[in-house]
Parts: sequence; structure tokens; C-alpha cells
Amino acid sequence: MKEIIGNPIFSIALTFLIYFIAQAIYSKYDFMLLNPILVSIVAIIIILKVTDINFHTYNKGGKFISFFLGPAVIALGVPLYLRFKEIKERGGLSIIVSTIIGSVVGILSAALTAKLLGASKEVVASIAPKSVTTPIAMGITEKIGGIPSLTAAIVVATGVLGAVIGPAFLKLIGVKSKVAFGLAMGSASHGIGTARAFQEGELEGAVSSLAIGLNGIATAIITPIIFYLIYKL
Amino acid sequence: MIKGFTIIFVLLFIGDAVSDLLNIPIPGNVIGMVLMTIALKYKIIKLKDVKPVSDVLVKNLAFLFIPPGVGVIVYFNLIKSEFIPIVTAWVFSTLLVFAFVGKIQDRLSKRA
Repeated sequence: MKEIIGNPIFSIALTFLIYFIAQAIYSKYDFMLLNPILVSIVAIIIILKVTDINFHTYNKGGKFISFFLGPAVIALGVPLYLRFKEIKERGGLSIIVSTIIGSVVGILSAALTAKLLGASKEVVASIAPKSVTTPIAMGITEKIGGIPSLTAAIVVATGVLGAVIGPAFLKLIGVKSKVAFGLAMGSASHGIGTARAFQEGELEGAVSSLAIGLNGIATAIITPIIFYLIYKL
Repeated sequence: MIKGFTIIFVLLFIGDAVSDLLNIPIPGNVIGMVLMTIALKYKIIKLKDVKPVSDVLVKNLAFLFIPPGVGVIVYFNLIKSEFIPIVTAWVFSTLLVFAFVGKIQDRLSKRA
């Protein structure tokens, strides 16, 4: 039995199957908490817990799926190119300003809140870059002494949270422009938020892709500085 | 399809190489994404060569995050012991980023 489950194909097939079912449920009910990524992650965690399979065994197959995050980020350059003119006309330089402010707000609020509530230094370092895409966030965490794989989990959790509540929250606070919507989705919740933004429209998705890159770069530069200031002052 | 994947993986490789050689904290895939946009803009790459593959990857982007998301189980105990700070920081900071970026950009977009 162990050998059968240890076969990487097992977790690949399981992940596809669960996501397929989760998508079918979402398209039928279209309720935000039924977000297919959230449902799939929770369902797989429950399955692993119940059957007593550890993450290492699951990830033998899982890593083949997450491997494609690399090429997928490259692919985001295509919608970005297609909407570049529109983004420039509607947003222009203001996009860079908003993204940098968002980056500082994200790092500062995450690190300070965690620290003030008594989180260990390691955990603060792991949560600080939570709004950027996984490979960037893991790289930053490593540099400032956090736990990269904990960061990966928090990053995905942030993406899911943003995809689930982001659109409703932005509507609630009265954000109307498509550029602002896309930029906020990509800035707060990276690739998962971007996937959700594409559901609203091509422009929203393209701006969100741009936000992943811009916020990733800004956060990579700013996080070590903020982390240093928080722990030295 | 093959042409599209070739272009994407070559760009990813160049991005990784640049990131490593210059020793900068920006990962190779983000550099590759920028190179993709530039290469399309200056017609070094034809849109029709990369569009089909890119559509598949972009449309299914969220799916690729499932395995790292499941990885949270490894840290259940750590998260349990620092539950309040982690969860509060996670939710509060995410909402704050939405509010700041959304509101500021909404103002600036309207003025433009």
C-alpha cells in the first residue's frame, strides 16, 4: 500500500481529481467561500490527515504541479503585453506609486502586528513578505532568517484569502476602477488573486499580473530594511 | 505548443541565470515575465507562438498553488502555538493592502 501511495502519480491524480470536483461545485453554486483553491487545499489536507499520509509523500507528486508556477509567471508576460497600452493610459506612473505604498503597508502591518502580539522573530520574518508570489517570498524570508516553507504556506493562505474576500471587500470600500481592482488583487494576493482578477476581465487580470512583478520587486528590496528597523530600533 | 514551451522555458532559464549571476533578490521568473513582455513589444517573439501555451498556464495558474498550500500541514503545530499573532497579522495586513492600493489607485486613475 505504501508503495502505491508513494508513487508520485497518486498525488498528481488526487490533486487533479479534487480540483476538478471543486471547480464543478464552484461553477454550480458560485459562492465565494467555495473558492476551488480553498476547497481543494482543505479537502486534500483532510484526506492526508484521515489516511495518515504525510506531506513529504504527497509532495512527491505535488512538486511536479507547483514546478509549473515558474513557467506560468513567464506566461503572465503575454496578457501584460496585450494590455500594456491600456494600462499605461489608464494608470501610468500612478501604478508604481500605489504598488510601492501597498508593499510598505503590507510588510509593515504584517511584521508589526505579528511582533506586537508576541510572535517569535522567525515567524515575523516568515510572515513579512506574505503578499508576494511564492518564489520571491521564500527568497526574502531566507535572507532575513525566517522559515521559507512556512512562508510558502502563509503566501498561499494570503492568496486564497484575497481571492475569496478581495472582490467583495474592494466593492464594500467603494473601489470602482478596473485598474485599481486588478492592482489591489495582484498586490495583496499575487498569483491566486490574479487568477481571480482574470475572472473579472482581461484588463483586471493584466494589471494584476503587473502588480505581482512590481510588488515582488518592491517587497524584495523593502522587507530587509523594515525588518532591520523593527528589530534594531 | 512546442514552440511556445521552448520560448517560455528559455526565458525562464535566462531569468534564473540573470538572477543568479547578478545575485539580486528578484527571482528569475519575474525577470522572465518582464523579458516576455519586452520581447513581444519589440516583435522578437510572435504573439501567435506563445499565446496558446500562455493561455493554458494563465487560466490554470491557481491550480498550481494547491501543493504548496497543502504544505501548511507541516506547520500546524507552530501555527497553533502562535495562532493569534499569525492569523491576526495575516488577515489584518491583507485587508490593509487591499484598502491602500485599491483606494489610492482608484483616486489616481480617476484623475488621470
